[in-house]
Amino acid sequence: MSQMMYWEALRRAHDEELSHDPLVIVMGEDIGIAGGTYKATQGLYDKYGPERVIDTPISENGYTGLGIGASFVGVKPIIEIMSVNFAWLATDQIINTAAKVRYMSGGQLGAPVVIRSPGGTAHQLGAQHSARMEKVFMGIAGLRVVTPSNPRQAYGLLKSAVRCADPVFINEHELMYNMKGEVPDEEFFHPLEGSEVVRQGRDLTLFGYNISVHWCLQAAEVLSKEHGIEAEVVDLYALSPLDREGIKASVARTHKAIIAEEAEAPVGVGAEVMAIFNEECFFELDAPPIRVSAANVPIPYNHKLEKAAIPSARDVIAAALSLFPGKH
Amino acid sequence: MKVMPGYAQQGVAENDSALLSVTDKKRLLREMLYARRFEERCYEAYVERKIGGFLHLYSGEEACAHGVLEAARPGYDYVMTSYRDHIHAIKCGSDPRKVMAELFAKEGGTCKGRGGSMHIFDVEHRFMGGYALVGGPFPLAAGIAKGIKMKGGDEISICFLGDAANNQGTFHESLNMAKVWDLPVLYVCENNLYGIGTRIDRSTAVQDQYKRAAAYDIPATQVDGQDVEVVYAAAKQAIEHVRSGNGPYFLELMTYRYRGHSMSDSNAYRSKDEERSWLKRDPIHILRNRLIDSQDLTLSEFKDMDKAIIEEIENEVIAYAEQSPEPAVEDLEKYVLAENDPYVHGGAS
Ligand SMILES: Cc1ncc(C[n+]2csc(CCOP(=O)(O)OP(=O)(O)O)c2C)c(N)n1
Ligand SMILES: [Mg+2]
Repeated sequence: MSQMMYWEALRRAHDEELSHDPLVIVMGEDIGIAGGTYKATQGLYDKYGPERVIDTPISENGYTGLGIGASFVGVKPIIEIMSVNFAWLATDQIINTAAKVRYMSGGQLGAPVVIRSPGGTAHQLGAQHSARMEKVFMGIAGLRVVTPSNPRQAYGLLKSAVRCADPVFINEHELMYNMKGEVPDEEFFHPLEGSEVVRQGRDLTLFGYNISVHWCLQAAEVLSKEHGIEAEVVDLYALSPLDREGIKASVARTHKAIIAEEAEAPVGVGAEVMAIFNEECFFELDAPPIRVSAANVPIPYNHKLEKAAIPSARDVIAAALSLFPGKH
Repeated sequence: MKVMPGYAQQGVAENDSALLSVTDKKRLLREMLYARRFEERCYEAYVERKIGGFLHLYSGEEACAHGVLEAARPGYDYVMTSYRDHIHAIKCGSDPRKVMAELFAKEGGTCKGRGGSMHIFDVEHRFMGGYALVGGPFPLAAGIAKGIKMKGGDEISICFLGDAANNQGTFHESLNMAKVWDLPVLYVCENNLYGIGTRIDRSTAVQDQYKRAAAYDIPATQVDGQDVEVVYAAAKQAIEHVRSGNGPYFLELMTYRYRGHSMSDSNAYRSKDEERSWLKRDPIHILRNRLIDSQDLTLSEFKDMDKAIIEEIENEVIAYAEQSPEPAVEDLEKYVLAENDPYVHGGAS
């Protein structure tokens, strides 16, 4: 095990996959000579050259489509979209082509591309640089969506995504690239499906993904120390397909559930998980499950407003305490 | 309105007949006639409700796909196009029976009834798909060219699209990238002067489409798309350019579709005079008359050929499509994702 930062873990996965298979390429804006906005491809241009580590023009739909076309003939492109806010422009090719080509060709043709992009609200970037888009992609049949919450997952999920025959969207987070964590020294491939219990507890389950896993973990510590409530925390690193069985099993252990997401509530990850609570866990639940979500607003520039829009560990704690009326 | 534009002759003679042998020309005549009869039979099948959804026919434009692909290596070069795709697939080598079965939504179709008229795929013959989003294939074809280049093959990627597709952003994004990275891709613009019911001069600032390629420093030619020999000669040069590693090429073919944009279109937006003037330049008649003039064909031979084609389509193509079973409802969720991919569970071992 070594400690490394999230971006370093991504960089390592890129490097290993580029060296493993000459048909792996990386493409995106400023990912070559400049090394990537978040350094995920630093140094790889020099190592693998401009044919494989490709600085693209600012043509999100164009270069995403180009990557998808290349994948039709055996190339394994890793496409970095600088920010999910720009991935809206590429939704045509991602949704209309990559996700559907296997089905509409009757299984003849797949699009094994990886599309990585940071979503999430950073610090005062304003409405057009703070979107979260995972809810859009997780609703698209034919597309896998994963979202790493730590460097180990960042490494292992990217490795598996490159090798997998399906198109995979990897939802990262602008604020997480410098997060440190343990990554095994030996090569490994993280499952693209499932979920992970990252803290055990008998009293309720806090479900999170990507950055909200960390709010859940912080909340669980406070709930334990200050209120004697033991929360189980489940990391939903796979958003599509969601781990129905894992969700069901955890609720069956704790009988109370909260889902925390950074995005606004409507038609979101939380909404989908709530539907699973309803469909799979109705008779296991001792109290109505709760969604902790962002305000339904374009993210404001003003710092105070921005903070008010985005949930935090504090909101998770408040939601949890509301499920234990005697414990305030 | 300029119905027949002055062709920009960039070294391609209007009638360079010497390039194709009589045998080739006769075969091409048969193929184009087959294409016409195939499409017209689709029309009937649609009226009979054997074919559903949207149906876009290629009648009138046969010389485009046939001239270009005759100059290419069908089944070896990668080809994709829009929703008007049946004939391109067949010229690439797809079994017409399977194409018809796909239109009939049958398990025996090219895509097992999952794709339909607008989404014919036949990867074995390197027909990489029909796509329904106008402009969608531009970057996909460039991507295939990128793959060819990386793997070092001498295939090329050929992308057929309509004139109106050139007003999509993907046209500009893709031509730019194709040029920046010198990709072996041939863009063929089938300029039939309309995007559904909107005539080109009402939607498009520059009506000669080949001129737009100059913005990306891509060589381009515009030729008569109704004369298969002219198309063939122009395509031969274009393909030679692309295959020998000189980067992309843009070929504009002036053509006309006889039927409505799709089956729900009555052509109310264009005049009968205009339609008649194009019918006089029918691609099948042009080649037929030339072969008759040179005494390589008689009218009665042509009529026999036509009759044989109609029978063949009925007895083999339609019969196959009728008899093929529908897909099983239990298989509804098949082909959404790859089957048994080990990396879904963290790798093989
Ligand atoms: C992105 C998108 N916008 C609109 C449509 C509807 N549509 C289908 S075909 C078409 C006209 C395209 O004309 P052109 O590219 O010239 O091809 P043609 O049909 O003439 O062969 C339109 C507007 C579509 N399918 N996709
Ligand atoms: Mg048109």
